[in-house]
Amino acid sequence: MWRFIGIRLLQAIPVILAVITVTFFLVRVAPGGPFSAEKAVLPEVKAALEAQYRLDLPLFQQYTAYLGDLAQGEFGPSFKYPGRSVNELIGAGLPVTAELGFYALLVAVIIGGLAGVIAALKPNTRQDYIPMTVAMIGICMPSFLLGPLLVLIFGIYLDWLPVSGWGDIPGDKILPAITLGSAYAAYIARLSRAGMLEVMSQDYIRTARAKGLPEWQVVVKHGLRGGLIPVVTFLGPAFAGLLAGSFVVETIFQIPGLGRFYVQAAFNRDYTMILGTTVFLSTLIVLFNLLSDILAAWMNPRLRAQFGEQ
Amino acid sequence: MTTEIITDIAEAEQGSSLWHDAWLRLRKNRLALAGGIILVGFSLIALLTPWIAPYAYDAQNLELGASPPSAQHWLGTDIFGRDLLTQIMYGGRVSLAVGFVATSVALLIGVTWGAIAGYVGGKVDAVMMRLVDILYALPFMIFIVLLMVVFGRNILLLFLAIGAVEWLTMARIMRGQVQQLRQQEFVEAAISLGLPPRTIIRRHLIPNALGPIIVYTTLTIPSVMLLEAFLSFLGLGIQPPQTSWGLLISYGAETMEEFPWLLIFPGLALTITLFSLNFLGDGLRDALDVRRSKD
Repeated sequence: MWRFIGIRLLQAIPVILAVITVTFFLVRVAPGGPFSAEKAVLPEVKAALEAQYRLDLPLFQQYTAYLGDLAQGEFGPSFKYPGRSVNELIGAGLPVTAELGFYALLVAVIIGGLAGVIAALKPNTRQDYIPMTVAMIGICMPSFLLGPLLVLIFGIYLDWLPVSGWGDIPGDKILPAITLGSAYAAYIARLSRAGMLEVMSQDYIRTARAKGLPEWQVVVKHGLRGGLIPVVTFLGPAFAGLLAGSFVVETIFQIPGLGRFYVQAAFNRDYTMILGTTVFLSTLIVLFNLLSDILAAWMNPRLRAQFGEQ
Repeated sequence: MTTEIITDIAEAEQGSSLWHDAWLRLRKNRLALAGGIILVGFSLIALLTPWIAPYAYDAQNLELGASPPSAQHWLGTDIFGRDLLTQIMYGGRVSLAVGFVATSVALLIGVTWGAIAGYVGGKVDAVMMRLVDILYALPFMIFIVLLMVVFGRNILLLFLAIGAVEWLTMARIMRGQVQQLRQQEFVEAAISLGLPPRTIIRRHLIPNALGPIIVYTTLTIPSVMLLEAFLSFLGLGIQPPQTSWGLLISYGAETMEEFPWLLIFPGLALTITLFSLNFLGDGLRDALDVRRSKD
């Protein structure tokens, strides 16, 4: 197990380095300098600014200097707003986005998992078709459509829930969490259905039934553990999707999180801000993928045995 | 299970019976069939839009402004008095084009890459698939946003960027198929006949791996279309004066309180298309007996 974790950790390092390198050079070759949009500035001012942002150094030295900054946890200053830094924005936005993502994941896992398991217990009956059709709708209904529709129905016509904001009015976290989580609930429903169907036909389930265990114990104690492995493996990619989804959901509901900052930085062409945020988000995603792989391996005795023997 | 298909093909010799069986099975799946028909219909409409659209693309009627659906404007008009049906038809052209073209790019890269890796094997395979693994771990959604910011919002780049992201799974599927096929006698026979690898890959491997490729292609198109709509919604994809369903939805969301039809109809168009593609893909997978490879 430790060997497996070690190998995966080592594999993550080149990925993160690749992300940093590609992002850095992409941003540097981007047309238009950071100050080109502004009025002509005095040469001295320009030189001072360039020195401040290290633009006077050769490209490769800029790169190594940036790596040095990153190693110290310094993601760089903002081009557009002097005095503000990427770290500050991450500090302000991350807790909000993390909370939103957590609720969304909760919605996804609980609703999706439940629907999938229920459907798998009686395949090809109404108990299977209805949740799975709803899941298909969930997959096909993108968040940028579902969000406005939910706002229209529950926020405007019915006037039950607030239409925007985060933590200002009670209940304003419900619609964003559902909007962000629903697509993943749908995927998880399909995954857990497929996983449970496969597991429930295994010999050890028959053994458990033959022992005389009540059906719910067979499902909960023996079925779920194997049947939910695909769901756990999916959580890593789902996390990446949730972050990207937060771009849209935070824009729709005007939530001051990382996703909204990222989109704003993209619009303002605030290169250092984009660079810093990309590096930060990417590292987070890579680490999350790692975590979900490890968790899945830990849940799967076959994989554990394979690495134990080596 | 995939070996079953392969042996099926090998045993059937004429090769037509697999496709015939698949067609019989697909015909029984009403949802998949309906999906296929809707898609053909939408594609035809998209192709013929310049001739059959009820109004000119840039025709405005500022006096009329936003009006709900009526006899003159079946789906209503937007705030500039432009006919929404016309807008959706032209937007569909762009959305569908992005879906098909970007998927083709992904198909071309993925199939070639996977076929070579699977056929050559050994160190070449290891290096090629490691690269796929590394790329897999990259957060591409963020990268596409970055690309669109850095190089400007250009539709050609959008095709390339989306295609470049989606080829990875295709490469993995193709490699798995080719590795299995290589063990088959007819491929060994082709090798011992001295056919060059190019010919073997093209004439023997790719045709026999067609089932999973078709299924995965059908399921890639909706995810590509979603990606385009997502970017356009954020304002980072298709730019006016061009339009797409994602862009129309984003405009509709801005004014949905007063003019809800501007959100609902473009949303319906996108959802119905995605629905059809997913049902058709699922149906094809069952019909061709391809194991779920995407999840």
